[in-house]
Amino acid sequence: MFLYIVRRIFQTIPVMIGVTLAVFLMMHLIPGDAAKIMAGENANPEQVEQMRENLGLNDPLYEQYFRFIGNAATGDLGNSIRTSRPVTQEIFDSRFWITVQLAIIGTALAVLFGLIAGIISATRKYSFADVSLMVIALFGLSMPNFWLGIMLIYLFSVNLGWLPVAGWGTWEHMILPAITLGTAGAAIIARMTRSSMLEVLDQDYIRTAYAKGVGDKLVIYKHGLRNALIPVVTVVGLQFGSLLGGAVVTETVFAVNGLGRLIIDSIRAHDFPMVQGTILVCAVLFVVVNTIVDISYRLLNKRVDLN
Amino acid sequence: MNLTKEDKILEVKNLCTSFFTDEGEVKAVDGVDLSIEKGKTLGIVGESGSGKSITSLSILRLLQEPAGRIKEGEVIFKGEDLVKKTKKQMREIRGNNISMIFQEPMTSLNPTLTCGEQIAESIRIHQKLNKKKAWAKAVDMLKLVGIPSPEKRAKQYPFELSGGMRQRVMIAISLACNPELLIADEPTTALDVTIQAQILELIKNLQKELGTSLMIITHDLGVVAEMCDKVAVMYCGKVVEYADVKTIFTNPKHPYTIGLLNSVPKHDEDVEGDLSIIPGSVPNPFHLPEGCRFAPRCPHAKEICLTKLPHLEETFDGDKVRCWIHSEEWEKQGKAVNAHE
Ligand SMILES: Nc1ncnc2c1ncn2[C@@H]1O[C@H](COP(=O)(O)OP(=O)(O)OP(=O)(O)O)[C@@H](O)[C@H]1O
Ligand code: SF4
Ligand SMILES: [Mg+2]
Repeated sequence: MFLYIVRRIFQTIPVMIGVTLAVFLMMHLIPGDAAKIMAGENANPEQVEQMRENLGLNDPLYEQYFRFIGNAATGDLGNSIRTSRPVTQEIFDSRFWITVQLAIIGTALAVLFGLIAGIISATRKYSFADVSLMVIALFGLSMPNFWLGIMLIYLFSVNLGWLPVAGWGTWEHMILPAITLGTAGAAIIARMTRSSMLEVLDQDYIRTAYAKGVGDKLVIYKHGLRNALIPVVTVVGLQFGSLLGGAVVTETVFAVNGLGRLIIDSIRAHDFPMVQGTILVCAVLFVVVNTIVDISYRLLNKRVDLN
Repeated sequence: MNLTKEDKILEVKNLCTSFFTDEGEVKAVDGVDLSIEKGKTLGIVGESGSGKSITSLSILRLLQEPAGRIKEGEVIFKGEDLVKKTKKQMREIRGNNISMIFQEPMTSLNPTLTCGEQIAESIRIHQKLNKKKAWAKAVDMLKLVGIPSPEKRAKQYPFELSGGMRQRVMIAISLACNPELLIADEPTTALDVTIQAQILELIKNLQKELGTSLMIITHDLGVVAEMCDKVAVMYCGKVVEYADVKTIFTNPKHPYTIGLLNSVPKHDEDVEGDLSIIPGSVPNPFHLPEGCRFAPRCPHAKEICLTKLPHLEETFDGDKVRCWIHSEEWEKQGKAVNAHE
């Protein structure tokens, strides 16, 4: 198992290279001249040329790339054009943690409600509860984040006045964004848990458990759920990733100063180093989470051949 | 042949189990009578789909409700009717008084629990032992079923064991609480021939050692000859012949039983014991023949067979046969109606 973990961590190296390469190329291939923008609107051609030289944009592409990852590895992602502060500071001072917090709470909500709904549905197949839960899940899946967010604000903040409209800081601020972010995940996890659970409850070893005299609850939770969770874990990992994407919209709707909003603001301001850095951090976060999920999947699923 | 009730550990009377599907009712088990004497072995044979597994699942009330349901009949175990028991009472009986081994050792064990835990679980439930004692007993059970280095094996997961080893673990689970009756549903069908022999030997020895009564379901008449005292031959949800093992092989009476025996390959032929050599096929469960269910395939069938269902009747030597040939009616009948042979 230890060996597997080590190997799995080594496997992320090519992925990381791919990610950095993609981010790097993206920034170089999109239209717009970084030097021009950074030199300012009133700069003359010499000043732009000087800026280009300073940024190393005249060097061969591969040199630029190695410089980029070399710097990134030491935590240097350049300076923001907009604020002139180091990109890493901008990201890790607070914004990164806000988004991570939001994503974790959103995932936790998704897992909690998704599992409960999925188990209820599976153990009461075709009942009223099952059908209604699955209809709700279908709605949850098809609702766009921005619309759900606005509806929640309208209902709970504007009409009922229970929760703040926007911002961040207290737990009350977190509720609506987390629900907005977690709903689609909860729906996916509920459907996945239901089908996985139904499949498992049909297996021979469930019949064996009943034949041993094991009670209904223990059969469902000890013998059923444990096996049914194996495919669900993968979904949870993917969910966390798409949550990062959803954060862009959700943070904008709720005016939360996280990474998502940082990307939007930086793109608007043509802040190249900032966009590049934020996307890189998100990508790395995604890779890390997926690695953790893979390892826990392995811990759960003892059947996977160790070689 | 006159046994008192006390000698019978299990008596199934007129058991009827149906599945209610979208296309209609499937009478999987339709009026089955059989009994097992204490410490003895009953074999159940018959083609695929004849209701052998459903009979055994009905005894332990392990049907997938509400689709499958016992419609009527009694399952008398030690003088009490299991059909009338509550769910809780049934749980106390399962794995404790009556145990079951299934056909598929590959899928019948839980892949996410260690073998030891799967044995210990039923010990904890029924004998109320603590975790440590139950585990020690589980290791003892593994030793009993002939698994080498049982302490190590107990900590392993099913995927780490071969098919034969897994079936030994299944046997350990089923015998852990010393049941009075063991039901084995084709316990060796999925295994290699050499392993089959070992597993049957093991079941036989443990049965003798522990005094367990055994109901064994099989396709293999060799297994019947090897293991059983009595045999019930099933066809389309009904018992068509119920006899001593010796009589089944020396003096079979039902045309279906005779067909089964004739379809056993000779020793020099290298074929699996396929029972489908009887001409024709099992009737569609939704459209069962009105009279004798074997009539469409029976070389002796006469007019009465097509219209009237024969009863399971005792013959001169004590065996029970469901066939008109063995009734007084038969002589009055005309010619055979089927043109086979
Ligand atoms: N879940 C189910 N739904 C509908 N019909 C079923 C179901 N399970 C079994 N049956 C029907 O019950 C009949 C008896 O099945 P059973 O499994 O007892 O046969 P069997 O004698 O054990 O056959 P095999 O030798 O293949 O194991 C079959 O005709 C089958 O179609
Ligand atoms: S009752 Fe008739 S059809 Fe049925 S087995 Fe006997 S002879 Fe054949
Ligand atoms: Mg069967």
